[in-house]
Amino acid sequence: MAENIVSDTATRIFADFADPQTVNKARDASWRPVLWQHLTDAGLPLAWVAESLGGAGGEIADGFELARISGKFAAPVPLGETLLAGWLLAQASIASPPGVMTIAPCRPRDRITLRADGRLAGRARGVAFASVADHLAVLVDGSAGRKIALLDAKSCRIADRKSLAGDPIGDVVFDDAAPLKMADAPAGLDAQNLMMMGATVRAMETAGALQALLEMSTQYAQDRVAFGKPIAKFQAVQHNLARLAGEAAAAMTAAGSAADALATIGADAAQFDEAIFLEVASARIRSAEAATEGAAIAHQVFGAIGFTKEHVLHRYTMRLLSWRDDFGNESQWALDLGNRIAARGADELWPFLASR
Amino acid sequence: MSTALQFDQIRLPPECAALRKEVRAFLVNEASAGTFDPSAIETDDLFNRDFSRKVGKKGWIGITWPKKYGGQERSFLERYVITEEFRAANAPVRLHFTADRQSGPVLIKYANEALKADILPRITRGECCFGIGMSEPNSGSDLFAASTKATKTKGGYLINGSKVWTSNAHNADYLIAIFRTAPATKENRRHGLTSFLVDMKSPGIAVNPIYNLTGLHDFNEVVFDAMFIPDTHVLGEIDGAWKQATSELAFERSGPERFLETFVVMIELVRVLGSKPDIRAAEALGRLVAQVHTLRRMSVSVNGMLQAGKEPVVEASVVKDLGTIWEQKLPHRARDIAAFVESDDMTNRALFEEHLAFATMIAPKLTLQGGTTEVLRGIIARGLGLR
Repeated sequence: MAENIVSDTATRIFADFADPQTVNKARDASWRPVLWQHLTDAGLPLAWVAESLGGAGGEIADGFELARISGKFAAPVPLGETLLAGWLLAQASIASPPGVMTIAPCRPRDRITLRADGRLAGRARGVAFASVADHLAVLVDGSAGRKIALLDAKSCRIADRKSLAGDPIGDVVFDDAAPLKMADAPAGLDAQNLMMMGATVRAMETAGALQALLEMSTQYAQDRVAFGKPIAKFQAVQHNLARLAGEAAAAMTAAGSAADALATIGADAAQFDEAIFLEVASARIRSAEAATEGAAIAHQVFGAIGFTKEHVLHRYTMRLLSWRDDFGNESQWALDLGNRIAARGADELWPFLASR
Repeated sequence: MSTALQFDQIRLPPECAALRKEVRAFLVNEASAGTFDPSAIETDDLFNRDFSRKVGKKGWIGITWPKKYGGQERSFLERYVITEEFRAANAPVRLHFTADRQSGPVLIKYANEALKADILPRITRGECCFGIGMSEPNSGSDLFAASTKATKTKGGYLINGSKVWTSNAHNADYLIAIFRTAPATKENRRHGLTSFLVDMKSPGIAVNPIYNLTGLHDFNEVVFDAMFIPDTHVLGEIDGAWKQATSELAFERSGPERFLETFVVMIELVRVLGSKPDIRAAEALGRLVAQVHTLRRMSVSVNGMLQAGKEPVVEASVVKDLGTIWEQKLPHRARDIAAFVESDDMTNRALFEEHLAFATMIAPKLTLQGGTTEVLRGIIARGLGLR
């Protein structure tokens, strides 16, 4: 799939079936299955799955671009999660079933283990969309190496909560859960690779949402009149929006750079090296920092109307803030990156940075 | 209009890797030969004739320029590699840097053939230093308030007035300066300024030092008393200097020098922390590294777009705004991060503290030089369609 076809198709579907205004006003979630059906018909949720395994056989770059578009619409559907689940299953040549999927673990310290009887143990906290997923793709630590498993969501115990943005998020307990399918993970694939793919998806969603925030805020500042002129004419407002543009650009560049780095190696687990780690950690850290700054600036521009349920702004800002916690928060990534930099030593700092 | 800024994903092409290797080997050699001291605090020695001549010999000044003027006709991305390696190594580039970055390109675009043939090869040999004459006592960020006058006379102009904050003027062979050749008009307050090449050996110029707060001599006041400039030294359109300025700003504002001026602080910070920093220090270090990586990717992107013939003026302003704000905070963050390391445990304590002090002192200028934060945000706001 060429990148612009993916962008255009996804943009059209989201604009038609998940317009943020319409979704915000909707009394029920009847828009959701319609949207998902259209995304599925276009082959988007399984873009990272080969045709032989039931997917659309897209490029790695396509999936990250989808994440950006989905972020631009603050779309409350598990597109990123299903993409990641399909990717993980494909690593073990497990075909993806139709429907909604999500992925576990999605916190760096959570582990799911394989018991001697072939059933699973352990738990995964903060699994996005767990309660609405049909299936879960799970990375499992077994005594004889890592496995990748496909589970029926009904076989797990899910304690459902709401994210900051009101999206379902679950703490999933796997005790006694029996996988529908399970196969060996390829050599080199570990939980950190999974976190890296997930963090880059979140970074791209964040970058997309920040682009939308910038557009909305810029437009609103030109429309809203106060003290006899559009607030866009006030230098203080202009400078806030200039800062928002900078944060959006930094998030997009860092996230795009990580996505490009992963696409270049085809997201092949055997090729995840220190340089890829630098790219992904930086994308995660910088995009999350941009989310914090950008959400605050946008709320300042919109004033009280942006603090209402009725306005769509919260759909973007609360998702931006919520996404910071998935697949390792920015503090955890920064700690890991800082430790690696320290271990390499002072004289390796510049050569390492310049290698990208 | 679309508010999306465009930062293309650009990787340095393969030829850059070979060049980088060569540049690093050169820097290691010159440092061990004593041509420069990579751990030195910036001093007046950064104006290093010997070093600049050696860089010129390598063909690394004016590397993008036409061969007939001493250039190599190589890409902006290759120039980027040279610039960032020199910055990261704390190399003394002051003599040739301004000429390489902006004065040479201005001459290529606007000077007559005789001037180009005379001056450009000298720049590429590392023998020719340039300064920029923009600010005046009553004109800084408000560039178009410049009032130093160029009065038409037979065969040229007579200049009366003064420039301030002119870096390098005491060492420079030439300035490129703007002077007022006509009053501003009601319709266009930017009208009436003309760009000139000033030979610093001309009679009628006095250069007076202005010491900055670190005690170093970089700034100057340059006073013109009926100084004569021949017609041949007019650069571009009479009264139209403002039209020429904008496209060059992308080159001036997007480079790695906009966030690597005090990079040595980061290197010495990593040395201070050792291989096993505490959790607080490691996390904060990770955030610093993520930011430099992101800035560098943005800066490479702007330079790649310039190479492709685009004019990413707004994007360049974003790079300078983010880069300078970040670098201004760097010494304060480094100080925080190192706060719990016992100074007796630091192998590089004296060096770290010396660099930290210097970076702290120069931090205020980073968001002033080459376009203040306020000016940059105005440009970005205009790019967003807000003004």
